[in-house]
Amino acid sequence: MDTRIDYYPTHEYNGFRFRRGRPMPFGATIVPNGVNFSVFSSAATGCTLVLFQKGESKPVVEIPFPEEFRIGSVYCMIVFDLDEERLEYGYRIDGPWEPEHGHRFDRTKILLDPYAKTVGGRDVWLRPPNWDDIYQHRARLVFEDFDWEADTPLEIPMEDLVIYEMHVRGFTQHPLSGVKHRGTYAGIRDKIPYLKSLGVNCVELMPIFEFDEWENGRRHPETGAWLTNYWGYSTLAFFAPKAGFAATGRLGMQVDELKTLVKDLHRNGIEVILDVVFNHTNEGDHRGPTMSFRGLDNKTYYMLTPGGFYYNFSGCGNTLNCNHPVVRNLVLDCLRYWTAEYHVDGFRFDLASILGRDQNGAPLANPPLLESLAYDPVLARSKLIAEAWDAGGLYQVGSFPAYGRWAEWNGKYRDALRRFLKGEMGVAGEMAARIQGSPDVYPYRGPTASVNFVTCHDGFTLSDLVSYNDKHNEANGEYNNDGANDNNSWNHGAEGETDDPEIARLRRRQIKNAVTLLMLSQGVPMLLMGDEFGRTQRGNNNAYCHDNEIAWVDWRLLEQNAELFRYAREVIAFRHAHPVLRRREPFAHADVAASGYPDISFHGTEAWVPDWDGTSRVLAWMLCGKHARVADDYIYVAANAYWDALFFAPPVLPPGMAWHVFANTSMAPPEDIHEVGKEPRLNDGRIMVGPRSLMVLVGR
Amino acid sequence: MAFKVSSQVTGDVVSMTLVGELDASSAGAFKSEIDKAVGQSPRSLVLELKDLTFMASAGLRVLIYAKQKLGSGVSLYAVAPQDGIVSTLRMTGFDKSVYIVDQPPPPTPDTGRRT
Repeated sequence: MDTRIDYYPTHEYNGFRFRRGRPMPFGATIVPNGVNFSVFSSAATGCTLVLFQKGESKPVVEIPFPEEFRIGSVYCMIVFDLDEERLEYGYRIDGPWEPEHGHRFDRTKILLDPYAKTVGGRDVWLRPPNWDDIYQHRARLVFEDFDWEADTPLEIPMEDLVIYEMHVRGFTQHPLSGVKHRGTYAGIRDKIPYLKSLGVNCVELMPIFEFDEWENGRRHPETGAWLTNYWGYSTLAFFAPKAGFAATGRLGMQVDELKTLVKDLHRNGIEVILDVVFNHTNEGDHRGPTMSFRGLDNKTYYMLTPGGFYYNFSGCGNTLNCNHPVVRNLVLDCLRYWTAEYHVDGFRFDLASILGRDQNGAPLANPPLLESLAYDPVLARSKLIAEAWDAGGLYQVGSFPAYGRWAEWNGKYRDALRRFLKGEMGVAGEMAARIQGSPDVYPYRGPTASVNFVTCHDGFTLSDLVSYNDKHNEANGEYNNDGANDNNSWNHGAEGETDDPEIARLRRRQIKNAVTLLMLSQGVPMLLMGDEFGRTQRGNNNAYCHDNEIAWVDWRLLEQNAELFRYAREVIAFRHAHPVLRRREPFAHADVAASGYPDISFHGTEAWVPDWDGTSRVLAWMLCGKHARVADDYIYVAANAYWDALFFAPPVLPPGMAWHVFANTSMAPPEDIHEVGKEPRLNDGRIMVGPRSLMVLVGR
Repeated sequence: MAFKVSSQVTGDVVSMTLVGELDASSAGAFKSEIDKAVGQSPRSLVLELKDLTFMASAGLRVLIYAKQKLGSGVSLYAVAPQDGIVSTLRMTGFDKSVYIVDQPPPPTPDTGRRT
């Protein structure tokens, strides 16, 4: 390769030797003896490559692209003999400043390459940067030499997943997390044994694409506490891992550290899904900074109003123009890169409905981006999960263009379960659909389209859901105006912390009820980090700005609430043990296995007499194990959301079989749940299900 | 502290002593030494790291380069690395590709502890 005729310099500028490059791939690519730089702009009149020595305030050289280096709308150049380890690069773009026509070129700014694979400038979390630096976020090169050994994405079937949503920093940043490198990828690696003991087989990482934790940084108007961009739903560089989440970020080794985490999670049977934010960037609206896309090609990358302002379907100032063919390719390139280079198993798309809007914001019937993602050859086995709504009012749960591939965060599941849990009347009928994988919402796609959850990062934690009637977001410094008002939560008699043992007991029972319903529903369950041991945000349902104990997992609770952890662990094990809980297809509501029972049957306090009355607060159902893909036990659940105990009559089993009690949330531990296979036999025909409790029986 | 590297060949073992800070400015010298070692077709490469005080990304890259150039049949030993270096090797997963040991391995047979 070194001697190829097309790898020799043809030009020289201030001692730097270069030649015309290759337009593809975009970004900076290491080639024999040099680096190929390629950047797109449809309306630029000129482009300059700006090279820095790492950490230096002034560029070492600014090389204008000769006009003959432009191929179409792509500027490309190979520069020879660069020190790749110590190189930082950016671009200056010439072009018109005509906002009314969509152009906001500004030659005074040095711009970040949208394809930058690592970015310097925020190497250590919240270390004060040099605000006078002319180039704050600096593109750097990466070496793709990681030793993956035999690792590949795990390709666990969707129906077998138990997803655990986590924030990389929040998971282990607490002083008592017990890991060596708190708040980092390496910290998660130390917690792999914990994740295994809990039984989850997929972690969904909240945004890890490079973002600026200083963005919108401010002091609380009353307390003076520092508030920061902690969640990171504000992408700066789509191809670069967040350096501040790496213990080795200061050494520039975040790529290796993250890949090591993925490799070790895989080795332990745990998949990795990334929460990706393609709906907007961190450049904000017309008042925001020019860092990359705005200065490269504003009109291509953003949805603009006829007057040249920014459509704001994201609620964050701008909207990425995802169905423009160039932007679509950027998204595809990005996801392929993370799949191929980082062995990531899938993606959850934040405010995904935006990805289905056209360049003027109108919803498309057949959005090219979503179709491309669904049929992409590299992503063919990747999990694709949509948050099927946006901040512009488009709500597509059940109607998201899925192409047989996409799953969705099922917001209807969350709402119905919460309402049932707190004892609302008339929810039993809807709950019957939700526990089946929402066939009313996904009649053709089947249960695996439904990612079921009770809580996620956005809203109350599970413990807070049963401890607060109202949000308490005063610490966010917005006078409690931010965050959702409609939470379907209930405090059970006292707002927040209480020393009333009866209320505390009832709350614990409700947490167990919620986790049980979640894990026994068809579809894909998702648990929020720490909910398995009662994590609280003290009633804050929008902790986006808190890099403190509000948002961090307090690992002391694992011991304090060992009862909850044990319960969650056993119920997750129960899900893994029973294929009848993990169907790929919707129920037939018929006895297709000729077992004498339908695949699913509904019951009330009497067997075979379901209570669909508008005042009903009970739901009981039975799954016939003969209908599972592998012969399984029978499972019966009796959920009583009524305030008094009720007697239920489970269906009679075939001769030779008997009911055994797996869980009874009204009982104190250790009788609340039993190890799989060690469930005690039920002697009586009837069971008494306590107030606001449920029982799970297993028939064998 | 300036970086220094020196090599010694004993039979089919190449031993290299690294002293000082291995960063982008010194990685080139280390890489040249690795290239020389590869030319010897050794059975193992022993890196004496007792006096190596710092290793940046560029240094790690050369270690990966060495591992790839030598091939999986050649054992790579890191002898007595300082805590910071061990930590870096662990966090970046390179501890899976190298034997971290307190003493240089005996000439034969291969008894290195894979950590």
